Amino acid sequence: MTDHSNLKIAVASGKGGTGKTLVSTNLFWALQNTGTQVTLVDCDAEEPNMAEFISGEVLVRLPVTQNIPVIDSEICTFCGKCFNYCNYNAIVYLPSNHFIKVVEDLCHDCGACTVACRFGAISEKEKQLGTVKTMFLNSNAELIEARADVGVYSPVPVIKKAIHSVNDRSLAIFDSPPGISCPFIATVESADFVVLVTEPTTFGLNDLKLSVETLQQLKKPCGVIVNRAGLGNREVYDWLKANKIPLLLEIPFDREIARIYSEGLLLVEEKPAYQLLFRELLKTIEKLVKR
Amino acid sequence: MNEIVILSGKGGTGKTSLSAAFATINNNTIVADCDVDAANLHLILQPVNYYDRNFTTGSKALINYDTCTNCGLCIDYCRFDAISFHREKVTISEISCDGCKLCSRICPSHSIQMIPSDKSRWYAGNYRNGKMVHARLAPGEENSGKLVNVVREHAKKTAQETGWETIIIDGPPGIGCAVISSITGTNKAIIVTEPTNSGFHDMKRVLEITANFKVKTVVVINKYDLNESISSKIENWCVENNIPVVGKIAFDPEIVMAMINCQSITEWKPESETSKEIIRIWNQVKTDKCIIQR
Repeated sequence: MTDHSNLKIAVASGKGGTGKTLVSTNLFWALQNTGTQVTLVDCDAEEPNMAEFISGEVLVRLPVTQNIPVIDSEICTFCGKCFNYCNYNAIVYLPSNHFIKVVEDLCHDCGACTVACRFGAISEKEKQLGTVKTMFLNSNAELIEARADVGVYSPVPVIKKAIHSVNDRSLAIFDSPPGISCPFIATVESADFVVLVTEPTTFGLNDLKLSVETLQQLKKPCGVIVNRAGLGNREVYDWLKANKIPLLLEIPFDREIARIYSEGLLLVEEKPAYQLLFRELLKTIEKLVKR
Repeated sequence: MNEIVILSGKGGTGKTSLSAAFATINNNTIVADCDVDAANLHLILQPVNYYDRNFTTGSKALINYDTCTNCGLCIDYCRFDAISFHREKVTISEISCDGCKLCSRICPSHSIQMIPSDKSRWYAGNYRNGKMVHARLAPGEENSGKLVNVVREHAKKTAQETGWETIIIDGPPGIGCAVISSITGTNKAIIVTEPTNSGFHDMKRVLEITANFKVKTVVVINKYDLNESISSKIENWCVENNIPVVGKIAFDPEIVMAMINCQSITEWKPESETSKEIIRIWNQVKTDKCIIQR
């Protein structure tokens, strides 16, 4: 199986706990078993947990930084232009006291204050936001983990750096953060196709609708995996049919699968029948992307 | 006023199903759904809204093509990769724009305007056991912590106006800024976990946050029988760390059936073991008997 492909596939879900990591780790494992060149990227930088299932030898660990302005109060004329330019209230400015300071946690690294300053009083220093770790599994398979430091306002730069670290010629699977806000968008933006994992319940459907609506705005093709099939009702299936969204795969509700997952084991190893199902999943996605 | 927040760390542990049950045990209850990124509680409680308000999260840059000279200077200045040439025309991606306004300030022809983004909304309404405040964050928006604050403020105001005692807060998953906004100043936190390695790991991270904010915290293990050995591991860890485990709930497909029928489990099967255990947990937490001062 070497005829493809450098497809970038994001695995996402609006609701947490639907089985996103179950799908991404098992798809990755099924493909690397067949010798496909593949990279698994854990983009859930706030709660990365791919490593609980698969781990490899660490090749590189890159720090991710943002720029933080530093104002030299010796040079500063206290004109207040940088304070006016900052749209995030990240500069405290008390001219009568000759006091000016950057609140690092509020700074978005937009560069507006450095543009504003005509006196060269503002320079920039680097602040660490997190790390991107690349791990070697075998000559075909790599793992990349995005991990944001605790207390960082946005994991987005860490996610982007992790995605940029992927070899262009490799097929890649992005394990996306939950929700529909910026970390999710930063992940799916670079994907050719998005696999949404849901469960056949009222909550699952509600969050699926929000995800699909967001992806339609981004003009990203997507398909759906129903996990814990057999629980719940047919509402999700009816909605998929009515909206012409492809159902890619069903994974039944099964206490045995729940146990395998809870212990950090892989479904494709414990239940070899899933090998084939996950390989078929890739073929289905490839057909949909070509269309 | 008694503000009780329900948290989980990991998604999908049953936080919202439990919140729904707690919200339908007593009357005169106020509920604040602070999971603004994926709000679900309103699907069960079905409030009839009497408030529907905009929430402004920031602003987005918009190009006036009548005056734009297509010089591309804004592309060089934008640090969010939000501006590019698309079919030879300078184009701003609304979703990538961070709203810093730098492009608008440096544009030589003054062709970029900032438009407030106000697609997020918040609501307040009546439901069968009281009043509910909830919200919807628009796709790709930031500032969920601020929206959580708006929801909680209105819930508190409602409590003052009605004189009702209890506010139940359904918190967001994770450990980010929205979680911190949901915890600050509450009286008690209930963490709903499940017997998986990731559930255990994420529970410990949330416990760090509630400890930082000095909020009294108890743990409920949901679906405990799906892996009894990990359940015991969690219980033992809690005992060693002085955190009360106030209840264990067995996996029960009726919780899903209740959800599908737009009811809480305590409404759907009031006599079931699951409901009895949930009611027992709620009475314990509400009256404070089980909570050991940490």
